[in-house]
Amino acid sequence: MDFEFIFTYIPTYIEAAKLTIKIGACGIAGAFVVGIICSLIIELKIPVLRQLVQIYIELSRNTPLLIQLFFLYFGLPKVGIVLSSKACGVIGLIFLGGSYMAEGFRTGIENVPKIQRESAYSLGMTKKQTFWKIVMPQAVATSVPVFCANVIFLLKETSVFSAVALADLMYVTKDLIGLYYKTDEALMMLVVSYLVILLPISLVSSWIERRVRYAGFGNTGSV
Amino acid sequence: MEQAILQTVALTKSFDASPPVLKNITFSIKKGEVVVVIGPSGCGKSTFLRCLNLLEPIDSGEILLDGKEISSDKKNIHKYREKIGMVFQSYDLFPHKTVLENVMLAPVLVQKKKKEEVKKEAEALLDRVGLLEKKGMYPRQLSGGQKQRVAIVRTLMMHPEVLLLDEITAALDPEMVREVLQVVLELAREGMTMVIVTHEMDFAKAVADRVIFLDKGEIVEEETPQEFFNYPKTERAKKFLNTFHFEALEI
Repeated sequence: MDFEFIFTYIPTYIEAAKLTIKIGACGIAGAFVVGIICSLIIELKIPVLRQLVQIYIELSRNTPLLIQLFFLYFGLPKVGIVLSSKACGVIGLIFLGGSYMAEGFRTGIENVPKIQRESAYSLGMTKKQTFWKIVMPQAVATSVPVFCANVIFLLKETSVFSAVALADLMYVTKDLIGLYYKTDEALMMLVVSYLVILLPISLVSSWIERRVRYAGFGNTGSV
Repeated sequence: MEQAILQTVALTKSFDASPPVLKNITFSIKKGEVVVVIGPSGCGKSTFLRCLNLLEPIDSGEILLDGKEISSDKKNIHKYREKIGMVFQSYDLFPHKTVLENVMLAPVLVQKKKKEEVKKEAEALLDRVGLLEKKGMYPRQLSGGQKQRVAIVRTLMMHPEVLLLDEITAALDPEMVREVLQVVLELAREGMTMVIVTHEMDFAKAVADRVIFLDKGEIVEEETPQEFFNYPKTERAKKFLNTFHFEALEI
């Protein structure tokens, strides 16, 4: 193991990690927003939009991110839309993640027991009040584990960004291997980089899940 | 005669294509009256209460609140429900809110009352049912009986004209039944108008001004509790009441 090599290129990896995190964070935040909006459209049964969302979800979940990125990066320029690598990365991640977030959140909404709505109605609350004050908070709480799993899943998916010339961790690694044949060192640094990014997120998400459960959110409880 | 608060005229209700669960129910309750609805399971008692609270659409007939037909007026449905309080069998408190938030939510959100006033009243009512010290807790930290008492308070906070209680002790452990029924008895003494569905026959005797025996979706008997429990007129009612006498069974 060539430690000198490793120390020399740590800053390169840090730069690449920063990029991965930046694109990942933008993409995940966007996916979250898209997911919530899509699940609301389905839940509130808005005509036409609902069918479109359904098509989007199927399309997004049943095609690999790599193909989606190729479409954005190599396909769209053919019709005159040229996007930068970064834009492709963020949009691709939003496109992929939006459907996963939507499905997760929709399940959360469906898991709120019917009796919760009925008791709200029987107190004179309108459908709107019931949805925002009673159903939504519980749905968000029960979806937290799914959201956390999706965050980790999407961050890992960023490793295909190198395919559209984005200088992320994977790209840097392939570059170094190609230039110096230091395969072991470069791959080890790649693994460590992902662990350094993902482990804290994993820990934080299990902490959030515990907190949410402790507060009794999304749990009608038993005797 | 004093005017009825809540009334149904020839109410009929069925689920999908199956035979109706409620047939031609004509019923009325006056202010301050307590009506207990009893009957074998599946006879339509719960459905009847759910129809009264407009949670179930009805096939035909009318539901009148203070003499006004309400079942076809979908637009103001929440306004009517404000006046018809309902407590359910399952513990249906909002799990993401504390006890105090649970009981304060509807008056503040729906009736736009001032928070401080609502809080004062909520604390007074919680104190009355012996749960003031639990006000900061979440529902999951309470026992079934405590949750059900909070649910009653939550409904009372809306000052309903009539209260519907749907088997509110059926899911409780026996030792918790009493603390809940005690609260209901006190409400009855104070003149609360109530329609109660229950399987607790002793409680029915103690609380009811009138008993309605429902079987197969029809009102079979309608009597004072003394008459009904001591001298049931129909075979169906006799058979039903006998199921509560274990010594009558052959071993």
